[in-house]
Amino acid sequence: MPIVKKEIEVPNKYGLHARPAMQLVELANSYQSKIEVSNDTLTIDAKSIMSVMRLAAAKGTKLTIVCDGEDAEEAATAMIGLITAGFGEMESPQA
Amino acid sequence: MKIKKGIGVSPGVAICQAVVVDAEEFDIPQRKVPADHAQAELARLRKALTVSKKELQDLSKRTAERIGRETAGIFDFHISLLEDRSLQKKVQDAIVTGSVTAEYAVATVLRGYAREFLAMPEHLAERVKDVYDIEKRLLRNLIGQKRQSLSHLNQDVSVVAHDLTPSQTASMDRKHIRGIVIDAGGATSHTAILARALGIPTVVGTNDVAAEVTAGDMLIIDGTRGTVILDPDEATITQYKQMAQQQVDFIHSLDSLKDLPAITQDGHEITLLGNIEFPGEAAAVLDKGGQGIGLYRTEFLYLGTEREPNERDHYDAYREVIRLVSDHQVVIRTLDLGADKYTQSRARVPERNPFLGCRSIRFCLQNLPMFKTQIRAILRASVDANASMLFPLVTNLLELRQAKTIVRDVMEDLEEEGIEFRPDIPIGMMVETPSAALQADAFAKEVDFFSIGTNDLVQYTLAVDRGNEKVASMFTVAHPAVLRLIKDIIRTGQRHGISVSLCGEMAADPLYTLLLLGLGLQVFSCAPPAIPELKKMIRSVTMAHARQVARRVMSFQSDKETVNYLHAEVRGILPDDIIG
Repeated sequence: MPIVKKEIEVPNKYGLHARPAMQLVELANSYQSKIEVSNDTLTIDAKSIMSVMRLAAAKGTKLTIVCDGEDAEEAATAMIGLITAGFGEMESPQA
Repeated sequence: MKIKKGIGVSPGVAICQAVVVDAEEFDIPQRKVPADHAQAELARLRKALTVSKKELQDLSKRTAERIGRETAGIFDFHISLLEDRSLQKKVQDAIVTGSVTAEYAVATVLRGYAREFLAMPEHLAERVKDVYDIEKRLLRNLIGQKRQSLSHLNQDVSVVAHDLTPSQTASMDRKHIRGIVIDAGGATSHTAILARALGIPTVVGTNDVAAEVTAGDMLIIDGTRGTVILDPDEATITQYKQMAQQQVDFIHSLDSLKDLPAITQDGHEITLLGNIEFPGEAAAVLDKGGQGIGLYRTEFLYLGTEREPNERDHYDAYREVIRLVSDHQVVIRTLDLGADKYTQSRARVPERNPFLGCRSIRFCLQNLPMFKTQIRAILRASVDANASMLFPLVTNLLELRQAKTIVRDVMEDLEEEGIEFRPDIPIGMMVETPSAALQADAFAKEVDFFSIGTNDLVQYTLAVDRGNEKVASMFTVAHPAVLRLIKDIIRTGQRHGISVSLCGEMAADPLYTLLLLGLGLQVFSCAPPAIPELKKMIRSVTMAHARQVARRVMSFQSDKETVNYLHAEVRGILPDDIIG
């Protein structure tokens, strides 16, 4: 089974706060692959909102995303896409 | 063995195992459950999760409609927290491996998350509020399940709680609940009144019993002395069993008085009535030798259900009481809600100072359709009955006149509709504020009777919050200022030839019977279980003695003097352990 690993920097002003975290978890849960996100110190399950909140990823945090499963490639691409777009918050950076 | 002191609010002794009811926003004590209960706890957790999620979905939908999608997002966030698999797994693991209740598991796991959130950068630490919020919601739903179960018990228990709502108390299974301990509250909280009405030995104001007792612990509740004994030894249990037997014997010895009049040794006849909360209690009043209903509190028509009662609900309840007492009198008090958890929790903006706020008659005058519904039902139900209508918490003449105008309006409506009612129904008012007491002379010209409510009169005269355990001990009818008001109200009523009854807790306390007789009180109304004792008191004394006692008491300058003096006077008439 493919394992896909990608890296990205959190671009939006308030980082992974409640709403982006929810979007991320929702997206992760739509794939079968096991998806883990790491920062410098922590590796967490991207399908758990509590875990994603615990990352406390602020703007500029470097994240590593590891997807493991049949749909790993699609999952990784989608996750990167969501984060790159700043969770739709880039235009009006208001929490 | 450990002895805890509180305030005894409903006399009697209970010796049995405890069930502990957790209150909202209260520390959940760690409670081990047997390993084979884990499945049941897991099932409770699942149910609480489902109910909480449903509540949040509704809340989100309503918020989106009323305020906007953006704000509703907060509840969607809560839903996603609840659905979090790792959160659920942690709670489940805690239940199974820790052998603890679902409540305790939820509290520990979520507080663990809360601590992590608090350590995060500021804008994320804010989210700790959401964690607290879902914790509270889950706990409420878990505890809610347990609360309901108080109405379905299969063995005798004593209920221990930090606090109980009146509706919780009202819904209790009376067959199996032998005693109540409440850490919060004073002698006149609604729950205490209810417990007394139900005749369940109760101690309040114990501060920390709920945290120390575990379900299944043996407990002695002495509602007469206000003590709770945790884990009593054999000798203590034996001693209390004897005492309980003596009390039962004393109560039985009063049975013979049931059909005798409440008449003093020197021939003054007194009217003894009962206070009730539910229609069914009317039978207990007559059974105990009462001559009618001196106060029918109608609040429980509202507290017992989720929806507002309609005219039919009111009418049926009143007719039931009237049917039970046949030609005896029934005083129906209009809605006395406002300064209580029920109203405040439903209010859009809770009042800052509800006891000085929109309660009782004020609340009714601001909610006319509701008020008129009740008045219609009272007027219709009393068409062929010895019933009267009583307005609570009147503080000025205008209020009374407004209320009476509304009664006239409703009568006109009924007349136009050709519906039968009683046009000459007596209308009375509660005298339970210093303003009403001081202006009793003016009020007496506009009502058919006075009813003295001592609980509110004491609260408003002495500025003591009945439910605040820090000052509850200052709450006493024996304060000279309160006694002077009571005396003046009785005298004013007599001068104007209108009936004056006293329906507060004071009427039920045999300590004050002599004094009240001496002040000229003719009508006593109290909780049904207190009637026989009160009759015994009245039948044991002379009016001459009572007047002497009253003169003496009115010369005292402190409540302590009065209480000590009355204790000495009453001793010898009733067994010691009956006098509080």
